[in-house]
Amino acid sequence: MKKKGLLISLFAALLVLLTGCNSIAVLNPKGPVAKTQSDVIIFSMIVMAVVLLVVYVLYIYMLTKYRASKAAPDYEPPHMEGSKWLEITWTLIPVIIVIILSVVTVRSTYAVEKTPEGYESDKPLIIYASSSNWKWHFSYPEEGIETVNYVNIPTHRPVEFRLYSFGPITSFWVPQLGGQKYAMSDMVTRLHLVAEHEGSFVGKNSNFSGKGFAHMEFEVLAMSPAGYTKWIDEVKQTASELTEQEFNSLLEADHVGRKTYTSTHLTFRPAPEGEHGGHNHGAPAADSNEGTDKEMDHSKMDHSTMDHSNMDHSEMENQEADHSQHGN
Amino acid sequence: MKWDEFFVTGEPMIYGAMASIVLVSLAILFCLTYFKKWGYLWREWLTTVDHKKIGIMYILSALIMLFRGGVDALMMRTQLAGPDMKFLDAQHYNEVFTTHGVIMILFMAMPFIIGLMNVVIPLQIGARDVAFPRLNAVSFWLFFAGAMLFNISFVIGGSPDAGWTAYFPLAGIELSPSVGNNFYSIALQIAGIGTLITGVNFIVTILKMRAPGMTLMRMPMFTWSVLITCVIIIFAFPVLTVALALMMFDRMFGSQFFTMADGGMDMLWANLFWVWGHPEVYIVVLPAFGIYSEIISTFSRKNLYGYKSMVVSMIAISLLSFLVWAHHFYTMGHGAMVNGFFSITTMAIAVPTGVKIFNWLFTLQKGRIEFTTPMLYSLAFIPIFTIGGVTGVMLAMASADYQYHNTMFLVAHFHYVLIPGTVFAVIAGMYYWFPKLFGFRLNERLGKLSFWIIAISFNVTFLPLFFLGLKGMTRRMYTYSESTGFGPLNLIATIGSAALAIGFAILVYNIYWSFRYQPRDTTSDPWDARTLEWATHSPVPEYNFAITPNVKSLDAFWFWKKNKQPLFEGKIEEIHMPNNNGQPFVLGVIFFFFGFFMIFSWWTPAIISGIAIVIMLAVRSFERDHGHHIPVKEINKTEQQLRGDKA
Repeated sequence: MKKKGLLISLFAALLVLLTGCNSIAVLNPKGPVAKTQSDVIIFSMIVMAVVLLVVYVLYIYMLTKYRASKAAPDYEPPHMEGSKWLEITWTLIPVIIVIILSVVTVRSTYAVEKTPEGYESDKPLIIYASSSNWKWHFSYPEEGIETVNYVNIPTHRPVEFRLYSFGPITSFWVPQLGGQKYAMSDMVTRLHLVAEHEGSFVGKNSNFSGKGFAHMEFEVLAMSPAGYTKWIDEVKQTASELTEQEFNSLLEADHVGRKTYTSTHLTFRPAPEGEHGGHNHGAPAADSNEGTDKEMDHSKMDHSTMDHSNMDHSEMENQEADHSQHGN
Repeated sequence: MKWDEFFVTGEPMIYGAMASIVLVSLAILFCLTYFKKWGYLWREWLTTVDHKKIGIMYILSALIMLFRGGVDALMMRTQLAGPDMKFLDAQHYNEVFTTHGVIMILFMAMPFIIGLMNVVIPLQIGARDVAFPRLNAVSFWLFFAGAMLFNISFVIGGSPDAGWTAYFPLAGIELSPSVGNNFYSIALQIAGIGTLITGVNFIVTILKMRAPGMTLMRMPMFTWSVLITCVIIIFAFPVLTVALALMMFDRMFGSQFFTMADGGMDMLWANLFWVWGHPEVYIVVLPAFGIYSEIISTFSRKNLYGYKSMVVSMIAISLLSFLVWAHHFYTMGHGAMVNGFFSITTMAIAVPTGVKIFNWLFTLQKGRIEFTTPMLYSLAFIPIFTIGGVTGVMLAMASADYQYHNTMFLVAHFHYVLIPGTVFAVIAGMYYWFPKLFGFRLNERLGKLSFWIIAISFNVTFLPLFFLGLKGMTRRMYTYSESTGFGPLNLIATIGSAALAIGFAILVYNIYWSFRYQPRDTTSDPWDARTLEWATHSPVPEYNFAITPNVKSLDAFWFWKKNKQPLFEGKIEEIHMPNNNGQPFVLGVIFFFFGFFMIFSWWTPAIISGIAIVIMLAVRSFERDHGHHIPVKEINKTEQQLRGDKA
């Protein structure tokens, strides 16, 4: 029968998932965030498999036992109103399951929204990741370097990605390091990741953003702290500065290969946070660094300066001057 | 505007489509003229206010849209069959997945559901028509105008290409300068008005026009589900109306609600869209639950198990449906607390849904299960939909959703919900109520054949997508390289989709075959069913019931048959019926042109047709039309004829 086949194939598939899942990126974590998520996923799969099993067993039982072809010719089904206790049972048990899952969800959601456990005391490496057309810019403000379409990070150090976009909403996703988060033009969102294994991981934009979307991938290279320092030094010796002009032409391009620079665009095109945010109607800009939840506070953000058409400085300054008219 | 901007150019497939549209239109015009059917078409269909005919027109449109959306789906699956396929380019693919989503949800699922509502609800509650028959025709023609407007976009002007969710700023004028997304905002707006009116119409119909004795708790489950659905419609659709209006202002009149500059908020669109969008899912799923309840109960020859908890759980679902919208964008960066809240409300929906699943299972218990085609779809729904449901709970968990979001896992999930949840239901409903409308059943052999093909190939198509999602394949990517390893599973899915298409083709062929060869039913109750619609003749006369039934219990028709409990008491009297009217059709046509001119920003004709709409409404306001009365003699004659046919 089809349904039994389905059941078997489902469990077989589950088995494959739970045992050897090297090709399943999401279940092959290389850092604590992705590990937490992978654990949650596998836990929920097991719970859901039990639910499915209960439903399927009942279903097969009903369908085999009560088919008309098996009934006596004069069999007339009884009138059944329902059963208070049965109905309470199949309300309460799902409620309990939902409560368990809720606890797991809320705890794990808090966990993945902050610096992973065990890394709280380490100073996070801050990297601004911004998308334009179909490429990613990575700015390292402390190191003063910028890369395009690849990002190198040290292992065992928390990395705080600050995400924003120079265009449509994109979603920054490195499946093996942790779940995704949106990058938007009028605010900065933050994603905390740690790589615990060296290696090269696929990163991508997962939120549809137009024509070149399918090719909007980047490489995350997790390297040893020593290797990372060496790489920074190398970049500083070999690469050149990112001029505003160069950056503007980068923004215009659809796709570019990898690029490396010894300065960041943040100096002349600050990220949309604090006083540069999209909806800051004249409010004080002091709260830009007040913790991770703050950046979602729309009322405190300002006019966008991330707009393609507003690229030159004088216009930006005009916009800034405009703010005073929009008092809260 | 130059002609090559007006028409879509440069794609051989689209030239083919243009040619076939012209040829088919000419063929239709020729046939109508040759067989002298213009008068028939006008009198019997275009001007009709009869809920049954309007229902049939809805269902026909839905089947055509199913074809259109299905072709879109096949094109996508072909493009994804292997790595680096060159079948579609990025732009074309983006348009195709956008129209696939919009058409399947708004122009296939919705009209199919609304069509069945139209056909069944007045009959199920023992009424002669809906509360506002002419308004009902307006609903249909507005929906139809919107659907046609949206559909011509692929040959004229270019289709929308920002996804069915049309997220800003991508869908804004700056990043999508073509008229494609104008089609989205205007066509959906027009169709949406129609849906909103339907919602109002059916709430009034169900609340005010039930047969004597049919208390709320004696209503059939499908009627209950439609009542609750219509309440969701009138709360959810105004949000879409506002969102689309703002979108129109942004795109056409330079406002900055969702733009990147000047304080526009892209996430405001996402919120508004999903405040409508999530309840919308329940708008198409709840009536499906009602259909399954009717069918499972009929073919188990048992009353529905846990009637009260079925009603309560639907009400709970309808309330919760408005409290979960943010789960569509957990990844937008709201803090853990907001995400936690929406996770819990979302998972809570699993509880009432689970109650319904168990109630259906226990309806089967001690039943006498007959595996007819409608029953097969209803039975297949339970295990497949449960997979959709449990993966929904998995997606509801915010921390895990960061990994599922925007991936094929999500795509698999909502197809596992919407296809068994809605598509199977409307097909089952079509098989089930078909004899009521036409006086004969669809062929069971062909029906079962297509059922098995559809049910199996559905799983072949969509099960692999769960794994593709976990492997990291995002939705809406038009191509992938071989190194990703997405190839084999995609190929399986594409093979499944081809088989799915064959299944649907057999389904349509079955309709044709049955019209020609299927023996006519001699009874008005071929399934030995339980509810009032089976108490009148098949096909149903214009006035539905010669005598209004008097309801004394749930499943009144069943108890009439079993216990000889009287159902039709009293004698035949004159019946008051609404007149046919051409205005709704004309209004629809004007709306179509109004929308078209708006889309292309051709202001003068747009203003003229806007004025024409106002004039139409004014004319209606000053018109007196009290309908007509069918004399007793004529009713007697019709009844005799219908009974005589049976002898």
